[in-house]
Amino acid sequence: MITINGEKMEWKAKMTVQDIISEKRYVFPLLAVWIDGTSVARDNFGTAEVPDDASVQVIHMISGG
Amino acid sequence: MEKMKVLAEWSYDQAKPLRGYTGKTLKVNVGDMTFESKDVSEDMKDKFTGGRGFGLKLLWDSVKETTKWNDPENEIVISGGPLCGVTQYPGMGKFYAVFVSPLTEQTYDSNAGGHFGPLLKFAGFDAIEIQGKAKKDVVIVIDGDAKKVQILESPFDDVNAYTVTAALHEYYGDPKDINDRRFSSVLSAGKGAETTYWGCINSSFWDTHRKAPRLKQAGRGGGGSILRDKKIVAVVVKTHDLSGTANNPADIDTLTKLGAKLHKEIITLDSKQCRMRTAGTAHLNEIMNEYHLLPTHNYKFGQHPDIDNIHSSKYEKKFSQNVADGCWYGCTMACAKAVDGFVLKTGPWMGKTITVDGPEYETAAGLGSNVGVFDPEWTIETNFYADHYGIDTISVGTGIAFVCECYELGLINKKHTNGLEMKFGNKKDIMELIHRMGDGKDDFAATVGKGIHKMKDLFSEKYGASKEIMERIGMEGQGIEASEYVCKESIAQWGGYFLSLKGPQHDEAWLIFMDRVNKQLPTFEDKAEALHYFPNFRTWFSLVGLCKLPWNDIEPADNATKNTPQEAARVPEHVQNYVDIFNAVTGKKITKEDLVLQAERVYNFQRVFQLRLGKGTRKFHNIPDRALGPVWADEWEARTEYYDNELKTEGVDPAGLSSQDKCDKLQKIRRGHWEKLVDTVYKRRGWNKNGIPTVKKLKELGMDIPEVVAVVQKHSRPEDEWKD
Ligand code: SF4
Repeated sequence: MITINGEKMEWKAKMTVQDIISEKRYVFPLLAVWIDGTSVARDNFGTAEVPDDASVQVIHMISGG
Repeated sequence: MEKMKVLAEWSYDQAKPLRGYTGKTLKVNVGDMTFESKDVSEDMKDKFTGGRGFGLKLLWDSVKETTKWNDPENEIVISGGPLCGVTQYPGMGKFYAVFVSPLTEQTYDSNAGGHFGPLLKFAGFDAIEIQGKAKKDVVIVIDGDAKKVQILESPFDDVNAYTVTAALHEYYGDPKDINDRRFSSVLSAGKGAETTYWGCINSSFWDTHRKAPRLKQAGRGGGGSILRDKKIVAVVVKTHDLSGTANNPADIDTLTKLGAKLHKEIITLDSKQCRMRTAGTAHLNEIMNEYHLLPTHNYKFGQHPDIDNIHSSKYEKKFSQNVADGCWYGCTMACAKAVDGFVLKTGPWMGKTITVDGPEYETAAGLGSNVGVFDPEWTIETNFYADHYGIDTISVGTGIAFVCECYELGLINKKHTNGLEMKFGNKKDIMELIHRMGDGKDDFAATVGKGIHKMKDLFSEKYGASKEIMERIGMEGQGIEASEYVCKESIAQWGGYFLSLKGPQHDEAWLIFMDRVNKQLPTFEDKAEALHYFPNFRTWFSLVGLCKLPWNDIEPADNATKNTPQEAARVPEHVQNYVDIFNAVTGKKITKEDLVLQAERVYNFQRVFQLRLGKGTRKFHNIPDRALGPVWADEWEARTEYYDNELKTEGVDPAGLSSQDKCDKLQKIRRGHWEKLVDTVYKRRGWNKNGIPTVKKLKELGMDIPEVVAVVQKHSRPEDEWKD
């Protein structure tokens, strides 16, 4: 099990940041991601694997206006 | 165009900008036909910075506590601010219009791009105050080349924006060089601004590629209605004193260096980030839909199955591409998109081929999903006519959405609407209502044009509609319609909209993602902190003449890797750019903390100003039920699982309850949260329980100006002090 912004989500082997983004339908383009406090560059979302028990923050940069 | 007759004229010694300021303001009274120039003191710069701050200060000095929007002493004050007119860095050509609003009956500030703000400064003035009421239609001209200000008799029978703007650009341009028209800018409103309280102020720039005038809008608050109430058809500013150094900054090298870095960032990253250069703010359409934030059917829902029809890619195809669509020189963000070669299908200009400015996201949603229409062609046409008639596309969208729901609920009927079937999605009749506003003869259109706040009274008095139901569903606060985001699932955004200085507009704080999706604001104190920082930070843009979009609709590639999640949302590198730019222009040495302090001074001053005008207390921070959560069963049933969970989180078992009972229970709980939010935010802002800034707070800010303190003391009661 992992947490995404504090909410539980089932962990799958080889799960990447992009998998989480797709599953959560986070379509906003300005996303920033931290896995257990370490940031992941946007270009690496498709390859960065998320370990089990990780705490993931997917931050939507404020926008609008 | 025939030669205009001069009614009054005044010559002036032109002050050139030095470090962002000319040090002079202009006052034109169209009632007694007088002109005046005032000095800008160092104290005025320190306390009010410029732009909206100058506007509020000058307005304060000119009105009384009893002043109403249509009294002659009410003013429209326009000021850009010290950074306005910088061309090296994107987004630096905005002006702010300040006035007592017909909708909110308190001060309102509204900004626009176009070239008026910079040209006004280069013609010699940090601000213009327009006061009085003319007896017949007039045009005001500030001619920086001839160093003359004139009030002229208007030759226009058709006062609508595109007619007036095109003619005046031609009139003041060199007949031998069409692009000489870029040295003037025109403010205008339109016929719809006369007949409604939703009048916008159109601000033009001459598009040298299209060889046509473009219109940007200070849309909100009814400034255009004041313009027309004063019988002003247009205000023209003209000067050839236009260059990249016309602002005369202290340190041009820093501006050039910072600008070059951001230009590169925008050009390389925008296509992977917000696509502002190709889709403009309409890139948000499908994103808002995905997160249940796209207002649909008067904010009942946040999603709609027809979203693909208004997907940003559809708009992208309609917008002309590869044109430098910046609304001021140097804006590589270039989001001022336009539809060229559009043939109008309705109205007085039916059959004519025109260029339409926009639609931006707010218009695509307001005159789109919120009224139940998912047809870009229709939205583009309403966008054009709203601008042309001088009507704010946000208020008219939200206002008509309210009318449609009233109609579908049976609160009003065809007899009241003079035959219009005001159902969601009825493109023909909604378009007709907008034309009737532009025509000015229809009594129902005039009633609607007074805005939701007054519509609630008028529908109840004239048609017997239930006031109680309308109070629940009318998306207005402090008298003005909400802009186009569904805020019901974010407690912080309730505040972002409804604890604002002037009513629900997204230019104070947009916190929905931070609060609801990122979960970065878990406690009421966290939300209050955000509702302190962001409104002040955003206010700063309005003091100096900036567009907000290049702050956070583009971010450096390493924004996330360099910062913590909490810091990253503030885009620290861009904030530091603004500090450096302010210092480079003015020669001062402010820090990022000073930047918030400058804003907080004006923010609190404006709050006291509202108080002086009889508003500005807790009871005016009203929020409708529709903004708090689902009102009717069908709203609940559109997201049953989600809302059932919301109830469970609040300790209520939804089992066995009807959807309507569930709505009512959640509403009651959320009303309690709202009151708690209000308390927490007021405390953080240094206001008393009644929402009034304390004298202590004013002293801390250096805003304990005797007459400001006197207003606070007059309205403060011992029982409103915090006990802890
Ligand atoms: S970002 Fe868009 S609205 Fe802002 S100044 Fe640039 S073109 Fe104008």
